[in-house]
Amino acid sequence: MSDITKQSLSELVENIKSKKLSSSEVTKAFVERSEKSKELNAYITEDYANALNKAKKFDEKPNLDLKLPGIPMAVKDLFCTRDLRTTAGSKILNNFVPTYESTVTQNIWNEGAILMGKLNCDEFAMGSSNETSFFGNVQNPIDKNLVPGGSSGGSSSAVAAQLTPITIGTDTGGSIRQPASFTGTVGLKPTYGSCSRYGIVAFASSLDQAGPMAQNVKDCALLQEVISTYDEKDSTSIDFKRNNYSKELTKDIKGKKIGIPKEYRVDGMPKEIEDLWKKGIEYVKDCGADIIDISLPHTNYALPTYYIVAPAEASSNLARYDGVKYGFRAEGENLIDMYEKTRSEGFGAEVQRRIMIGTYVLSSGYYDAYYLKAQKVRKLIKNDFDEAYKKVDAILTPSTPSSAFKIGEKTNDPVSMYLNDIFTVPVNLAGLPGISIPAGHDAKGYPLGLQIIGKAFDEQNILNIAYAMEEKINFKNNINDWWIK
Amino acid sequence: MSKNKSEYLINRHDNQYEVVIGLEVHAQVTSESKLFSTSATKFGAEPNTQVSLVDAAFPGMLPVINEYCVKQAIKTGIGLKAKINNRSVFDRKNYFYADLPQGYQISQFKDPIVGEGKVILDMPDGQKEVGIERLHLEQDAGKSIHDLDPKNTFVDLNRSGVALMEIVSKPDLRSPDEVNAYIKKLRSIMRYLGTCDGNMQEGSLRADVNVSVRKKGSKEFGTRCEIKNVNSIKFMQMAIEYEANRQVDLIEDGQTIDQETRLFDTKKNETRSMRSKEDAHDYRYFPDPDLLPLEVSDDFIENLKSEIPELPDEKKKRFIEKFKLSPYEANILVSDIETSNYFENVIKKSDVKLATNWIIGELFAALNEKNLEITESPISAGNLSKLINLIKDGTISGKIAKTVFEQMMEGDKDPQKIVEEKGLKQESDPKALEALIDKVIDDNRDKATEYKSGKVKLFGFFVGQVMKVSGGKANPQLVNEILKKKL
Repeated sequence: MSDITKQSLSELVENIKSKKLSSSEVTKAFVERSEKSKELNAYITEDYANALNKAKKFDEKPNLDLKLPGIPMAVKDLFCTRDLRTTAGSKILNNFVPTYESTVTQNIWNEGAILMGKLNCDEFAMGSSNETSFFGNVQNPIDKNLVPGGSSGGSSSAVAAQLTPITIGTDTGGSIRQPASFTGTVGLKPTYGSCSRYGIVAFASSLDQAGPMAQNVKDCALLQEVISTYDEKDSTSIDFKRNNYSKELTKDIKGKKIGIPKEYRVDGMPKEIEDLWKKGIEYVKDCGADIIDISLPHTNYALPTYYIVAPAEASSNLARYDGVKYGFRAEGENLIDMYEKTRSEGFGAEVQRRIMIGTYVLSSGYYDAYYLKAQKVRKLIKNDFDEAYKKVDAILTPSTPSSAFKIGEKTNDPVSMYLNDIFTVPVNLAGLPGISIPAGHDAKGYPLGLQIIGKAFDEQNILNIAYAMEEKINFKNNINDWWIK
Repeated sequence: MSKNKSEYLINRHDNQYEVVIGLEVHAQVTSESKLFSTSATKFGAEPNTQVSLVDAAFPGMLPVINEYCVKQAIKTGIGLKAKINNRSVFDRKNYFYADLPQGYQISQFKDPIVGEGKVILDMPDGQKEVGIERLHLEQDAGKSIHDLDPKNTFVDLNRSGVALMEIVSKPDLRSPDEVNAYIKKLRSIMRYLGTCDGNMQEGSLRADVNVSVRKKGSKEFGTRCEIKNVNSIKFMQMAIEYEANRQVDLIEDGQTIDQETRLFDTKKNETRSMRSKEDAHDYRYFPDPDLLPLEVSDDFIENLKSEIPELPDEKKKRFIEKFKLSPYEANILVSDIETSNYFENVIKKSDVKLATNWIIGELFAALNEKNLEITESPISAGNLSKLINLIKDGTISGKIAKTVFEQMMEGDKDPQKIVEEKGLKQESDPKALEALIDKVIDDNRDKATEYKSGKVKLFGFFVGQVMKVSGGKANPQLVNEILKKKL
């Protein structure tokens, strides 16, 4: 089969289970395509030889009852992987090799999948374009010199370019959904507490959540089913009844009430986005769902709130990277000098900017005005959703205020970069699940995504809505393999 | 310095100053594992052998609260007659140091697990109540070792993450003696509860001491200085004396006191400025997003209450009421749980009054001399009980008992056996004693004549002679009676 890498995860699983394909064949195909795709810079660390060995071993004694039998997979380099370098896209962890495995990746390997390598991302997941990575920016397979979104830019690029059948990212303010939207792929940010944070390099603990990034909704549901487990090692993990998301997936969303929040019609939003949203509403109606206008009155405050809460937590979470125990160390005259040199040289500009913002908003005299107020607003934003969900089952919005932008276009304008997250951050602040699905193209032919936001723990519902819409939208990504010579 | 009753005042010229002291005691929770990880907490282990990925703050590692430590903190709160908070919050206290792997300490800032309580001190001139402001749980840091190498500092993370209770007193203490009594009482309560072993040598109990002075009678507090991390009661007392006098000197000199953190130099016996208020760290406290607020139900607290043993104050009351001990005796016997257990074991089968005297007198003196704890006593409670019964039933005299006791201290021997082997049984046969006494009078005819002519003082001489001849075994009461008749 020559078109192995063009197959979806579900197809590959079926073909391996029915022995039409071996794990080795599949793994070899994705490894070869990955090797031909270095120009995308999607990988930070490749582990192809090990992957091929593991595939061979799998084939010798295949366990076909597993959910991901012998499926090769590359993952975002924010997940700690035992014996394989984990950098979080940072110089400060350039040579860090964990002796332990994150719960989410362990769940994946337990279902038979095979690690191919670690995917590029913004440094410590701080960024919306994958340009803050110490390992260089990532190309969007849609077009040369186009960002793949961020922070899970290596992941979105790799899935869109079919270097991996599926992958996982992390989403703190939109880092799964925005890159999915920029690359014409599907990305789910689960409810906070659905996927364990154990072994994921922390950015902002109260917002971080791992989730699947896939070519289609069904694949996405299957991976979510695998990665979402209750974990005692994460005190914020929640013990709720998890669905068999892929098995229970249905396109029947008749009578579902879908909310359209008026506050998401932001000033200066391109007409293309507005039109896409309208189209989305039509698709939902076609599926038999009802549209209801709703209000989320504190939406305007979400972005500033996010840019206080996330940096505050990050400033503290990143204090452990001090050159003392592991990772990069710059020698200094004394302890303080060593700290300053290590952290100045080890962290990039965006990470340093957020550490400084976070330190500032937590400092005595400013805490009440910034951090405490932000926490109060966060509560109001959550209340907005709670109110809305008394009337509706899910909420439909655009995923991003624009399509993918050029590499370098926004690097000198952090605020314009931050504005990219305007539709995604409220979901993280409220701890809700949200999914981005490709829904159309802009005039340049770049993909655009729509976001469906669900009630807490109601991943099944938004997956179903996405599944139904996916069929109506019938999106096709225009990828011409421009990077393969 | 004047000592009016036990009042502690510092006199300068015509002014009398009162010293105001508050303590922040750091007590290590007795627990097999750390506050947020499963690493062991054994003292004296090889460096960095009790360190988990969580303790060393590896990327992606998360804290998980140790329920046992929570129970220990609540029990301590109950022992301090304090309010237990149903909801408390863990905060991060952010600062950089090489032995603080996370770059922050997980502590409780705004919402501690235990609120206000009290401790009763027994001072020579009566009882004194010291208010407890709060008790909160926090992680210990690791240990930096600066003296192993001229250029490098070594870090031992065995202690990193070990659970501490910080117990903050109200500024109710007024003298080094009260500080001594307070620490000892706190330690006693926690040892009764089994929540902290109170071992100051091993660093299980240490304190930051807040000291200020004010003119006697003043209601306003003076500016305080905090003396950091003092690890013995003696040093606390020395530090307070030095610091209080330093502050008084400054005031008398017309200067003001800077609010600052000071260190106590145990070699020079002085406190030194460590950092001023302006240089104080900004710890940027905020709720730890890795941990949910700690919720404990009333049922959970009630269950723990049922596990609380009789505490020193209650035990003292019972000893006084039931055993008719003096408050002084009761205080000594309840001061630590091992002593009170020993006492209660001895009196199970022997006379309370005698047991009290023997434990507080002979036993304590002997243990002291050998530098032993009550738990290391060579004489078991059972054998001390037997010894007391031998005295009580007249088998041996008090004097002989001391000889037997000394031999028991050499190894836990049955006193009955010692008495038999060494033939120390008291001679209480009147006929045998009469024979002895006759012989003594016979041998001292001249003295007997003097006695009869009115020199009654010589009676003691005859008693002594009889005892001597009997090798100390003669029943002194009978000797007295018979001698009177015979002379």
